[in-house]
Amino acid sequence: MGYPQYMRDFIAKVEATRPRRLQETFPMLTAQEKQALLEKFHPDYIREAMRELRVGPNKGTRTPHELADLLEARPLLDPRAVNLDNVDYETDVLIIGGGGAGSAAAIKAREAGAKVIMATKLRHGDANTMMAQGGIQAADKENDSPAIHYLDVMGGGGFTNDPDLVEALVKDAPLVIQWLESLGCMFDKQPDGTLITIHGGGTSRKRMHSARDYSGAEIMRTLRDEVRSWPEDIQVIEFAPAVELLMDTNGRVAGAVLMNLETNEYLVVKAKCTIIATGGSGRLHYQNYPTTNHYGATGDGLVMAYRVGARLAFIDTMQYHPTGAAFPEQIVGLLVTEKVRGLGAQVVNIDGEQFVFPRETRDAESAAIIRECVERGKGITTPSGIQGVWLDSPMIEIIHGPGTVQRELPAMVRQFGRFGIDITKDPMLVYPTLHYQNGGIAIKPDCTTDIPGLYVAGEASGGVHGRNRLMGNSLLDVCVFGRRAGITVGQHFREVTLGKLTLSHLDRWEQELKDAGLDPKVRAPILLPDYTRRKGV
Amino acid sequence: MADQELIPIYIMNKQYLVPPTLTIMKALEYAGYKLIRGVGCRAGFCGACATVYRTAGDYRLKIGLACATMVEPEMYLAQIPFFPAPRGQYHLEELKPDMSALLKTYPEVLRCLSCGTCTKVCPQDIDVKDYMAEAMRGNIAGVADKSFDCIMCGLCAARCPAEEKQYQIAILCRRLYGKYLAPRAEHLHKRVQEIMDGKHDAELIRFKTMSKDELKKAYYERDIEPE
Repeated sequence: MGYPQYMRDFIAKVEATRPRRLQETFPMLTAQEKQALLEKFHPDYIREAMRELRVGPNKGTRTPHELADLLEARPLLDPRAVNLDNVDYETDVLIIGGGGAGSAAAIKAREAGAKVIMATKLRHGDANTMMAQGGIQAADKENDSPAIHYLDVMGGGGFTNDPDLVEALVKDAPLVIQWLESLGCMFDKQPDGTLITIHGGGTSRKRMHSARDYSGAEIMRTLRDEVRSWPEDIQVIEFAPAVELLMDTNGRVAGAVLMNLETNEYLVVKAKCTIIATGGSGRLHYQNYPTTNHYGATGDGLVMAYRVGARLAFIDTMQYHPTGAAFPEQIVGLLVTEKVRGLGAQVVNIDGEQFVFPRETRDAESAAIIRECVERGKGITTPSGIQGVWLDSPMIEIIHGPGTVQRELPAMVRQFGRFGIDITKDPMLVYPTLHYQNGGIAIKPDCTTDIPGLYVAGEASGGVHGRNRLMGNSLLDVCVFGRRAGITVGQHFREVTLGKLTLSHLDRWEQELKDAGLDPKVRAPILLPDYTRRKGV
Repeated sequence: MADQELIPIYIMNKQYLVPPTLTIMKALEYAGYKLIRGVGCRAGFCGACATVYRTAGDYRLKIGLACATMVEPEMYLAQIPFFPAPRGQYHLEELKPDMSALLKTYPEVLRCLSCGTCTKVCPQDIDVKDYMAEAMRGNIAGVADKSFDCIMCGLCAARCPAEEKQYQIAILCRRLYGKYLAPRAEHLHKRVQEIMDGKHDAELIRFKTMSKDELKKAYYERDIEPE
């Protein structure tokens, strides 16, 4: 294993230019250059990859076919198979999803006195939060401020973000770091306690906090352990995804129908407040891209919320992470953290030359790599026929001293080491990979939605990141809005009296499909992707 | 792919022919399994896919993460569902960051035989025996540092002859360290206080009320902290 000889020959070119490149800074894109690059090479701008939705609150909005197919689908649930008079669980708060946002919400809702049920598709903590490597942003240094963070976020999102949500994000950020520390998160620090912070793509201050390159794992396992401290107040039901939201006769969301994944039995959960924290949809493989996402990232929350009439925002934009692994074949599409570039590694082509500033925002960095391979033909082709460019990780050892890569990027060293590649000595081959759902269910800063009783937090929500999220703002998002959702339902649940449970919105949905002349064969949510060989993946 | 290029593997003692370039997880799917248990992030971070296997002609039991281990000819595979190793009941704020916390929560910690089975079995190559030695000395910081890369797959506990729950002890120590022992970030607490006092509101409102063109100008003219 390791690199074949012909790839080693290309690596020799990277090594030859390295001493010179260490002295060079590739210029950043101007606003005009960036826009032109995005329009020509970013996957969001490929018109035939999307279509206008034909039903629902976002009728007329463009979205990728893969998501449109699910949003226009028939329900997975057969309403006749459920008896709503037979309630299996009754609770103050139902949280759908057991990742970072759901866990943060559970902790805060419990603090406010609510009884909580958390239903999760796989295990508690099986989520994209666990996989985030690079870090979490917060403006807590002397030369930084929430306002400067705000400016970076708005610019990163193409000035399309919801300003109120961004304000909440940047103002809560230092509070979140303090909160996580109080729960026992181990962030990287200097001996005097100063938090170690570095740059990420699109940051104007070094405000990326990390926990080695297990930042998300450290946050997720800490939040999960805290949830597990309160079993009398927070009941976690694993391997039981929600398949449909329940409404009451007053038009309020009133819980959900869960499905036991092993027995296929339905469970009726009646709840005064329901939080969707189901995360993203990378496993839909938009435009056939590989993904960094968790196995369960199939957009279930969007599908369920859409059917009860919740409006979606920014669903025509997905994030393609610039550096997915392109070699070896076994890990194609998996994340190579942006922290590698944050520590100084450059991106170089087949000639060993730079072609883009290493810390452009992710949309632009990805578009530049696609251009280099597709238009300029300067990519390196792997034995299985995939294109990629080099990410020159050995530079980090020269800039920051030997041992830095092992200390700062142990997960990456391990990931590539399993396949005979030593990233302290050799560069990694990378290509953009599907990483994040920029949009989602529209929320207000308190995580309420257009529909009473329905709250949303984390990647399932839309608006805070506009058309492009910055590195380190996703771990921040799940903590900020997870906490806010928990706090909000903590204020609301006592005032709620539910009417009779109903699934009549499914009849209305069926009628709407009929009126639009649609007769979809797809049933959604799909819950899990199907990679069995018969399906040809 | 032609049949002769496939290799035989055994899943639950049943033979399947699969391409030799696959990971165990992808081989299971190639064989027709739609996975529910024993699959998670598919990238080595979540610990859901701990797998035990034997290879032909070798008496040893081997382990690996299904998402990160390649198949070998004549591999006999069994995925273990999550191993039952209950978390001790505690609230972090009621504990002190020393031996007393471990004795109260996991009194069996002192039963460790230092046999090293846990270290041999760890798919993250963590020296589990070593951090358990730190635990028996009450060195919370040592356990926190040495166990940091743990993904809580539970293989250590599954194979432990002394019935330890190493990975649960480890997360307790990391949380105790993070909360009580890590040096305090004064700049963080100062900034939180400023935000609570509303000291950053005016600057934020200034940006929030700018027109899109003004905001763009401010963005592209902003100074960038040097490396």
